[in-house]
Amino acid sequence: MCGIVGLLVKTPALKERLGELMVPMLIGMTERGPDSAGLAVFGDSLADNARKLSLYSGLTDDGADFNWHGLTHALKEHLDVDAHIDVKHNHAVLSFAVSPELVKRWLRENHPKLHILSTGRTIDLYKDIGTPAQVAERYDFKSMKGSHLVGHTRMATESAVTPDRAHPFTAGEDFCLVHNGSLSNPNSIRRKLTPAGIHFETDNDTEAACRFLEWRLREGDDLEVALQKGFDELDGFFTFLMGTPEKLALIRDPFACKPAVVAETDDYVAIASEFRSLAHLPDVKHANVFEPAPEEMYVWNA
Amino acid sequence: MERMTFDLASSSLTEMNTFLHKGLEEGDKRHISVLNPDGAHNIAVGLNHPVTVEVHGHAGYYAGGMNKHARVVIHGSAGTGVAENMMSGSVHVKGFASNGAGATAHGGLLVIDGDAGLRCGISLKGADIVVGGSVGSFSGFMAQAGRMVICGDAGDALGDSLYEAVIYLRGNVKSLGADAQFEDMTDADYAVLAELLSKAGMDHDPKSFKRIASARTLYHWNADANQEY
Repeated sequence: MCGIVGLLVKTPALKERLGELMVPMLIGMTERGPDSAGLAVFGDSLADNARKLSLYSGLTDDGADFNWHGLTHALKEHLDVDAHIDVKHNHAVLSFAVSPELVKRWLRENHPKLHILSTGRTIDLYKDIGTPAQVAERYDFKSMKGSHLVGHTRMATESAVTPDRAHPFTAGEDFCLVHNGSLSNPNSIRRKLTPAGIHFETDNDTEAACRFLEWRLREGDDLEVALQKGFDELDGFFTFLMGTPEKLALIRDPFACKPAVVAETDDYVAIASEFRSLAHLPDVKHANVFEPAPEEMYVWNA
Repeated sequence: MERMTFDLASSSLTEMNTFLHKGLEEGDKRHISVLNPDGAHNIAVGLNHPVTVEVHGHAGYYAGGMNKHARVVIHGSAGTGVAENMMSGSVHVKGFASNGAGATAHGGLLVIDGDAGLRCGISLKGADIVVGGSVGSFSGFMAQAGRMVICGDAGDALGDSLYEAVIYLRGNVKSLGADAQFEDMTDADYAVLAELLSKAGMDHDPKSFKRIASARTLYHWNADANQEY
């Protein structure tokens, strides 16, 4: 079991309250996913030439005491990169105006245990082990602002309970995916993608789906075409919720083995595994509440 | 008649269910309102008295499950397994229902005004189900006894491996399951339909429905079938 939540707001006022509205959604999914939680927030985009990385230091020797400001100084010294760092406990968002590959290569060489959670111009990502309430508190999820987000609560079945196996997973830039379910062919997906130069960081089945769909998008498929290829190639049980800078997208396997419910008003679209995570939302009594059909694509624009 | 209200925003579900199980007397016909259900699971499960429970909002999983004698009305949608294994009485969902609605139900009447998800009436054992909208794939799978009335359309594999349950379908079916077949309607079928539609408060013409029942070719092992059904 796992819980997924997604929220896309349509008014400027609600963008300021995105995190505050989401935290009860995430906590509402605690029974479905008590062991880890995570959140990807899509906010204002950086300039064309700028990038940001969400980083996790919990797997380094220093853990939450990681010297983040030492990191920015070292980046200046070694690469002459002016980087800005925004620290939240063992997570930080590092932003700069050079090629992200340059910075990531340097990070891998100099801080191999520092986990790179996401890359892009709009995405910030937080995930860790702990109950949804603990994780939300640790990273102050309620203060998050932005146009849309994708969240997850995990009850691990397919791989160990570790921060890097928590969801959301990311691939490429500004793409993330959360999953409720279990895939039966993640290893054949890996064998297919590895020769294309795609590197996997965990043994988690969801990572295979995430990298497969991002690979299709990078190869030029639009989201709908990529999702159709996902239906064709990904076998197993899934409700997937994906985020890009412009969109939230949801698909369910043909057997609809894993739940999903949507509440839409003039002000927001909210998605969750179950209605109990939507019940607190403003004016939800008058929302259009529906269950997404299996093998259909649901795409909402931010 | 005595009326009671449980507001699940301020009292616990366990408190309410405990009252419904232990606080009622034989033949109790009280009217109980449930406010702010907010998708909670197991609302009004295992009832055993002819009370009326009205749920004002969306219910979570297994609402009205194992019901005996009671009348449960959900003024909203219902999650997975509504009225699962119902024995008697009725459950009426005014909105839509998720997967497995009325699964294994032995008796009573389940009415869903909106659509039902996948596997509606799976392994039905004698209850009646009336769906105002459409049902998802694999509905009526291995249904043994009882009647299913579908006023909208049906997904794939409707009535797969049916036993003696009968399905009445008004709309279109994406595909019939193994051993399910269309059959001619008889006067008895029209009478059954008229009665079920009337009980469910739906006014479709019974003449607009088709009957689906088991061809009974799966009842006995057929060595010549070569595993192709």
